[in-house]
Amino acid sequence: MKSINQHTTFKVEEIRKDFPILSRKVNGKPLVYFDNAATSQTPQIVIDAIVNYYSNYNANIHRGVHTLSQEATDAYEQARQKIQAHFNAKSSHEIILTSGTTHAINLVANGFSSILKQEDEVLVSALEHHSNIVPWQMLCEQTGAILKVIPMNQEGELVITEYDKLLSKNTKLVFVNHISNALGTINPIEDIINKAHKVGAAVLVDGAQACPHITPDVQALDVDFYVASAHKMCGPTGIGMLYGKSRWLNKLPPYQGGGEMIEEVTFKKTTYADLPYKFEAGTPNICGGIAFGVAIDYMNAIGFDAIASYENKLLNYATKKLLEIEGLKIYGTSKNKTSVISFNIEGIHPYDIGTIVDKLGIAVRTGHHCAQPIMDFYDIPGTVRASFSFYNTKEEIDALVEAVKKAKTMLS
Amino acid sequence: MLKIENVNIKDIQNEIIDEFTMFDDWMQRYEYMIDLGKSLPLIDDQYKTEDNIIKGCQSKVWVHAKMEDGKIIFTADSDAIITKGIIAILIRVFSNQQPKDIIEADTGFIDKIGLKEHLSPTRANGLVSMIKQLKMYAIAYQTQLN
Repeated sequence: MKSINQHTTFKVEEIRKDFPILSRKVNGKPLVYFDNAATSQTPQIVIDAIVNYYSNYNANIHRGVHTLSQEATDAYEQARQKIQAHFNAKSSHEIILTSGTTHAINLVANGFSSILKQEDEVLVSALEHHSNIVPWQMLCEQTGAILKVIPMNQEGELVITEYDKLLSKNTKLVFVNHISNALGTINPIEDIINKAHKVGAAVLVDGAQACPHITPDVQALDVDFYVASAHKMCGPTGIGMLYGKSRWLNKLPPYQGGGEMIEEVTFKKTTYADLPYKFEAGTPNICGGIAFGVAIDYMNAIGFDAIASYENKLLNYATKKLLEIEGLKIYGTSKNKTSVISFNIEGIHPYDIGTIVDKLGIAVRTGHHCAQPIMDFYDIPGTVRASFSFYNTKEEIDALVEAVKKAKTMLS
Repeated sequence: MLKIENVNIKDIQNEIIDEFTMFDDWMQRYEYMIDLGKSLPLIDDQYKTEDNIIKGCQSKVWVHAKMEDGKIIFTADSDAIITKGIIAILIRVFSNQQPKDIIEADTGFIDKIGLKEHLSPTRANGLVSMIKQLKMYAIAYQTQLN
């Protein structure tokens, strides 16, 4: 297996060579992949890790005494330690490997169903993805707790003065994303966490959109739960993580019953395994976990500072170029945002624009981005969303701008 | 409203395939569809109700059906123009036909005119649901006739 290329200086042409998919064509045109907020592309080193696992040491973990099982167990646990180090968790048992962000959120929501009481209040932000709304709605229906919404403003930012008013001694939980998937807004989570803790509430931060761009330090943030998905940060699908403070993870009941999560089983009583295994019933996504670790290594080798600075340049360039198109409106105009541009052209449905630009080889997302409340706020059916990653280029943005212009001419 | 009397579904489909083979590339096909979309006879506003919406993930589609002289007349609309173009084609094929013919009709012609991608269930544009809905109306009317 090749080792990770050290990109000592940030050269996008070199970085692009790490991603085999970037050289393919779509509809006869070179692929321009601007749907990174939905899923990122996979570098060869991660693909190699997956192939290597299945070629050389595929085995079930934590059980077998044989060599393959030991090797797989070691690699899987090393991945957990890499994730721990990356997010600066105090201990590796605070990292629960899940199938992704949605699974992680559901795990926590399910745990709180035995803790919340009637009249307890749960705050959720207006900028959330459906996966960070629906589980809490279900939780509130189940427990009689009340769901309240932290509102947003026209720029697509949370209104913190309203958040202050919503907080009270009844507030037990606050759920907010670190970065909005639909608009790219970076939320002031330090302030949100700090204020929630003052009234005794726990905070879960959905970091699915943040982790591709920045490295959250869960201890510095003092966050209670932080969740992320590997597939948005150059890893494979079907694997993600839940960070939880030990105190909370010990308090929450197991999510699923099964093998791996038990200490002792008799028909009278089962005692549960310690963290993290208490929350990892059944055979986990071993290969995915290992590849997740490699993806984190890969991104760190490039460097998150270099990534953020380059993506910011792409964002500024694309914003300027797109706004030159008459009738184009950008949704989400916060000064604190990542490389996501959600836009519409007056009088044209986003689906129509998406269809035409796809024909020109450009992958963007259209629709409500699983954030219908945001679309309702702006009173629009959806947007076209172009989200940039560190392997995209200015030339690709030029291609997008040309394609949008063409779509506009065809559709007007 | 486009009314083609006594032409069966298969013939209309072949006619549409002929029209589309004249185009050299996707852009001409899409420009044609956009034109069709713009000229689509709109559904009467009173039928643009929540009940008549076929919910696709991305664009809204409304369909209304009524029975006239043993044939079903469909009207429809969408908020997206390309979807409207496809609807115009579907209406041309399925409207003003007898329920049993609609039930039995296949939709392979969509593939032949280069619009296969719109039939993918993951496309989520409501088109698959729309065809299903047209056939459901036909089944419902057929049941009434029996």
